[in-house]
Amino acid sequence: MTSPKTAGATDAAPRWATAALVLADGAVFWGKGVGAARHAVGEVCFNTSMTGYQEIITDPSYAGQIITFTFPHIGNVGTNLEDIESLNPAARGVVLRGDITEPANWRAAKPLNDWLKSHNLPGVCGVDTRAITRRIRDGGAPSGVVVHAPDGKFDIPKLRKIAQDWPGLDGMDLAIEVTTKQLYSWDETKWALGKGYGKLTKPKYHVVAVDYGAKRNILRCLANAGCKVTVVPATATGEDILRHKPDGVFLSNGPGDPAATVGYTVPAIQAVLDKKVPLFGICLGHQILALTLGGKTRKMERGHRGANQPVKDLTTGRVEITSQNHGFCVVPESLPKNVEVTHVSLFDGTNEGIRCTDKSAFSVQYHPEASPGPTDSHYLFDRFVEMIDKSKGK
Amino acid sequence: MPKRTDIKSILVIGAGPIVIGQACEFDYSGVQACKALKDEGYRVILINSNPATIMTDPGLVDATYIEPITPDMVARIIEKERPDAILPTMGGQTALNTAMSLHRDGRLEKLKVELIGANAEAIDKAEDRLLFRDAMTKIGLECPKSEVVHNREEAARALANIGLPAIIRPSFTLGGTGGGIAYNRDEYFDIVQGGVDASPVGEVLVEESVLGWKEYEMEVVRDRRDNCIIICSIENIDPMGVHTGDSVTVAPALTLTDKEYQIMRDASIACLREIGVDTGGSNVQFAIDPVSGRMVVIEMNPRVSRSSALASKATGFPIAKVAARLAVGYTLDELLNDITGTTPASFEPTIDYVVTKMPRFAFEKFPGAEALLTTSMKSVGEAMSIGRTFQESLQKALRSMETGLTGLNEMEIKGAPDKAAIVGALARPTPDRILVIAQAFRHGLTVEEVAQASKYEPWFLRQIRELVEVEAVVRANGLPKDAKGLLDLKKKGFSDDRLAELSGQKAAEVADLRRSLGVRPVFKRIDTCAAEFESHTPYLYSCYEGDGLHPAECEAQPTDRRKVIILGGGPNRIGQGIEFDYCCVHAVYALREAGYETIMVNCNPETVSTDYDTADRLYFEPLTAEDVIELVEVERRNGELLGLIVQFGGQTPLKLAKPLEAVGIPILGTSPDAIDLAEDRDRFQKLIHELKLRQPDNGTATSQEQAVAVAERIGYPVVIRPSYVLGGRAMQIVYDRAGLERYTRDAVKVSGDTPVLIDSYLRDAIEVDVDALADKDQNVFVAGIMEHIEEAGIHSGDSACSLPPHSLPSKILTQIERQTEAMAKALKVVGLMNVQYAVKDGEVYVLEVNPRASRTVPFVAKATGQPIAKYAARLMVGESLKSLAIKKVRGKHVAVKEAVFPFARFPGVDIILGPEMRSTGEVMGLDTNFGRAFAKSQLGAGSKVPLEGLVFVSVKDPDKAAMVKPVKRLIDLGFTVVATGGTADFLRKHGIAAERVNKVLEGRPHIVDLMKDGKIQLVFNTVDGATALTDSFTLRRTALMHKIAYYTTVAGAKASVEGIAALHAGPLDVAPLQSYFKTAF
Repeated sequence: MTSPKTAGATDAAPRWATAALVLADGAVFWGKGVGAARHAVGEVCFNTSMTGYQEIITDPSYAGQIITFTFPHIGNVGTNLEDIESLNPAARGVVLRGDITEPANWRAAKPLNDWLKSHNLPGVCGVDTRAITRRIRDGGAPSGVVVHAPDGKFDIPKLRKIAQDWPGLDGMDLAIEVTTKQLYSWDETKWALGKGYGKLTKPKYHVVAVDYGAKRNILRCLANAGCKVTVVPATATGEDILRHKPDGVFLSNGPGDPAATVGYTVPAIQAVLDKKVPLFGICLGHQILALTLGGKTRKMERGHRGANQPVKDLTTGRVEITSQNHGFCVVPESLPKNVEVTHVSLFDGTNEGIRCTDKSAFSVQYHPEASPGPTDSHYLFDRFVEMIDKSKGK
Repeated sequence: MPKRTDIKSILVIGAGPIVIGQACEFDYSGVQACKALKDEGYRVILINSNPATIMTDPGLVDATYIEPITPDMVARIIEKERPDAILPTMGGQTALNTAMSLHRDGRLEKLKVELIGANAEAIDKAEDRLLFRDAMTKIGLECPKSEVVHNREEAARALANIGLPAIIRPSFTLGGTGGGIAYNRDEYFDIVQGGVDASPVGEVLVEESVLGWKEYEMEVVRDRRDNCIIICSIENIDPMGVHTGDSVTVAPALTLTDKEYQIMRDASIACLREIGVDTGGSNVQFAIDPVSGRMVVIEMNPRVSRSSALASKATGFPIAKVAARLAVGYTLDELLNDITGTTPASFEPTIDYVVTKMPRFAFEKFPGAEALLTTSMKSVGEAMSIGRTFQESLQKALRSMETGLTGLNEMEIKGAPDKAAIVGALARPTPDRILVIAQAFRHGLTVEEVAQASKYEPWFLRQIRELVEVEAVVRANGLPKDAKGLLDLKKKGFSDDRLAELSGQKAAEVADLRRSLGVRPVFKRIDTCAAEFESHTPYLYSCYEGDGLHPAECEAQPTDRRKVIILGGGPNRIGQGIEFDYCCVHAVYALREAGYETIMVNCNPETVSTDYDTADRLYFEPLTAEDVIELVEVERRNGELLGLIVQFGGQTPLKLAKPLEAVGIPILGTSPDAIDLAEDRDRFQKLIHELKLRQPDNGTATSQEQAVAVAERIGYPVVIRPSYVLGGRAMQIVYDRAGLERYTRDAVKVSGDTPVLIDSYLRDAIEVDVDALADKDQNVFVAGIMEHIEEAGIHSGDSACSLPPHSLPSKILTQIERQTEAMAKALKVVGLMNVQYAVKDGEVYVLEVNPRASRTVPFVAKATGQPIAKYAARLMVGESLKSLAIKKVRGKHVAVKEAVFPFARFPGVDIILGPEMRSTGEVMGLDTNFGRAFAKSQLGAGSKVPLEGLVFVSVKDPDKAAMVKPVKRLIDLGFTVVATGGTADFLRKHGIAAERVNKVLEGRPHIVDLMKDGKIQLVFNTVDGATALTDSFTLRRTALMHKIAYYTTVAGAKASVEGIAALHAGPLDVAPLQSYFKTAF
């Protein structure tokens, strides 16, 4: 095996290069530029999904990250106005193996390259994304800069310095950056072939969703399950949440280090738990619930990012194939007695879900709303509604 | 859930002979299943009539029955072995149908044996078109509109409802045999009738046409806890209307958004649940309207399949192995992913490369059949290739085909550059349409125009157009002079050969330039997880990577061991199939046992050889000199490479011997020069003279005039064929000068580069096949002598044969042994050698010698209880016959090999046998005497052996006398006889009460009427000359399509009578292979 370190250890740009991925450790991967002509710094992570790049790039949980796609053809189905998980992508840039092609799908509205430009996202293509992935796998997710310079002029030492100076995600609160600035309500339901998105007409319950960087499909899944949703900012206090007299409270996914949010999240969630309002959390929301309950979280050596992740539901023994995107996880040993571990990752045994034995609250580390990824776990939204039913004595 | 302990023994049903639509992928699946079940501690019993399979190696399971796969035989095995369960999902449609038949007639219940993997209800629901459609409707999935039809009346009603074009699919047939697409009323009623006839239940489904839609396939695995995972999605590049087995396909699907993909994923899983496939693998096929995205379900298979083999190879997830374990009760999370060794099998593989599968066809072997693709499968093999991008993958696939392609080679479109002609060609679903598309771009057509005509997804078309554009640049400017420029070309998959053609250089010059610029491939691992986890399994493919400035990352990690590289046979084709893969796999097994590291190179996804746990290391690569040399050099960076074995994979690796040797790569065993000597007519003739052996008179011609001169000198009839071919490609018997001229005009271009070989044709000679072993000290062991049933002149691959010989005197056999030894010594053979002889009037003639593994090796091994391919591999690395302690075993049994033909798939093709091989597979009949063994071989080959009834005899004049005895015997056995005029007269003269029946041209009712009415049970029909052939063509096709036992040679007819007589003597019994031999092999 050649050392990946040597794979790009020169600072002089080859004639043909219009983009590069510059890592803090010195490596440079030269390629061709895509998207916006600028540079961006972030944590370089990888995602192994073969479909759903548009959803991935618009997933707010990727705030602060540069996404390396392991699948070589990205952009082949173009982009459209429907397959988005937030209006403004939070990811900082993309690293691709193949060139972006013209779109090939009946729903395509815009080629990926144009779409990246319109969202001011830089990217590099033509690099060995497998080599980068192996590097991340073996050495952890590095800080890096993705730069797109159509004129072929690069100041690599400066970019490397930017990467080295970037503080990294550990201890970084990014939820605060991507959360909604104001409260809004949501009634759009899931997408259906030939029909697009629907609308919730007869809501059964009212749920307040705390937005740490929520993917829209979570809100759609809640609406599909019969919940009218009021979305509140991450900084909403217990009072802010309970003021809406919610039938249930939902804690969304989001980016960054959960531990960095405890100052404002834990008191708010504690207030909700004290009022015995049924509660459901996903991803960052799961971690925040665990922290509120007295547990701990930690940064993983390598996160879970893909749409093929097996999770075992310990209560039923069944396996779900899940979509995941997280770099932190809950430490199960740190959880108090009244918290039961309900799900584990079959890849590395890390925690994937918890449930309070004395309260109506549960959460999962993975993304049951999928988008992209398998819909195996959509049922969790129904389970949340059943929990609300039960709390109301139905 | 742990494995089931209430069952102790399991019967696995194999797929039988290789036929179109059911090839060695079922050996691959079956071997995995058998191994997995054995590992779990079950007693495993196997039935498979195909001796060329690895699964029938006696060491694999506890009791191996090489018996015909018929309900009766399987029932006998059940009675004898009393298994607790049957696993019917590993042997294709054959196994499924056989198991279902036993279920329907109540024998499974009576014998208290349970179906595992898929139950009868689920199989019925999935296979019965109507039940399937209802099931899909129930879960809200759309199917194309359809109606079940059994007769003309129903057909007319269906037509009114569904309209044209309509797809006709017969129920319960393999690979869609007998189906088709109807564009007009006449065609519609014809195809419906054909389909009803072909269906064992006399039923077809008439279906709304979704021609031109995009086609997808999902491979699903489910366990008994209802955990479902998708192993792989596959997208067909050929649109709907071309059988998926005949389509160029890619994995994963490339043109679906996640939302659409998930809808398809959910639908596939819902389909398995509703059909009730409780455990195991299934595939579900979908069509999508490219305009609206409307999705319909086409069909599902509740068993492992050709595409599950492809999916396994494409992802590294061993579907059959896992399915077998799930069938005995495990759940997915209890099983480990072999490739990573650390993660469970309950996940969905994700890949970071593109896989292309390309089918290989054999239309050239079936004159009369139109080379058009339909919903009935026609391809005889396939190659798979792996590249980082679609373009790299596609171009690797093209050169993996071994049809002479180096990439998207130019071709001639008839009528071009006329646009209408090009558009017309694009609209025809021909086997080479991808080349037509490339050519259309060369003629300046736009992507839209090509898409409109071909219905190919524009994404793929743009990729092809880009390659054509790049080619034009290279053609105009020559090769780039810098590393990055050349690297970019290589990243797009261009071979050195193709670049040489484009730049007007020699391939060696391109290779030199490439190497001097440091442009070399690297090897990546297939790891099921896109590098998320470390892979300890060296399952590798080549690609070009990096920036041209620094070495790209290579994951080959060659070991420091002593190693041998075995080159496989590439895509299956007629003449080069599973038998050669069997030999390669045995070489691997033998050398692994002997402590060498074994490295397999092959590009055929159907085979056992490309299972990642067959050899220590697997390179899934095209078998071209360029690709092989690169990987050899990587392997040589560490450890000690003893050499390459090129003699086991058929003609494919053999052709590489010289170019590999030329760059200093050691070739093990018999030297390439000796191989060449045997192939070179002149050199070989000299050798024969030196050894004082006889050959039929012969000569080589490099021009048409010379060919005529040679033929006149030898005297007609002659056998003529091109040099260096396998499977008798374009081999013909020519009776006169006109025939010879026709041959050199239409069949084969004769030139200095492509000489033809001309032999005197020995009429009515008995042909003999011999496989022998020789060691480095030139000791020779004659492993098997096979006497052909059909006379010389019928290709040896198409002829039935018997081991031991059933009629040759021992004096002749001794002579044959002596001659074989002499030639092995003279050629300095180390390893295997095959010789074909003709015996006429007590004289032995050498027809040909091949110092390499032959098609008959597995048959000889199974018939004699000697693993001769394994021995050969050991001899090739330097061991001696003595050290291997090989002893001659003389059993009391007889083994008969019979060939199996794909005629039913090629309407318009005559079934008369000739010197050009056309069989796709073979079966073995094993019993205590020739008659019984022959009868078994016939049953195994799918022929009905009648015990009584009406026999129809119509033979050419020279054969008439020989027919008297066998026909008399049939009468003794209770048959009655009808015959055509001349034959009837002759038979009557010899005291046989033969009733006369009209030939087809003599007015009605004629013989075909009788056959269609089911009055004829047996047909003996021999013909000579082109006119007679045309006359009796219809009757032979009718026999074929109505499944009437037929024999087109006297020898075949005689043998069949012996078989029938043997059946009259008592019912056939079954015995495991292990009972025939004392030692395991």
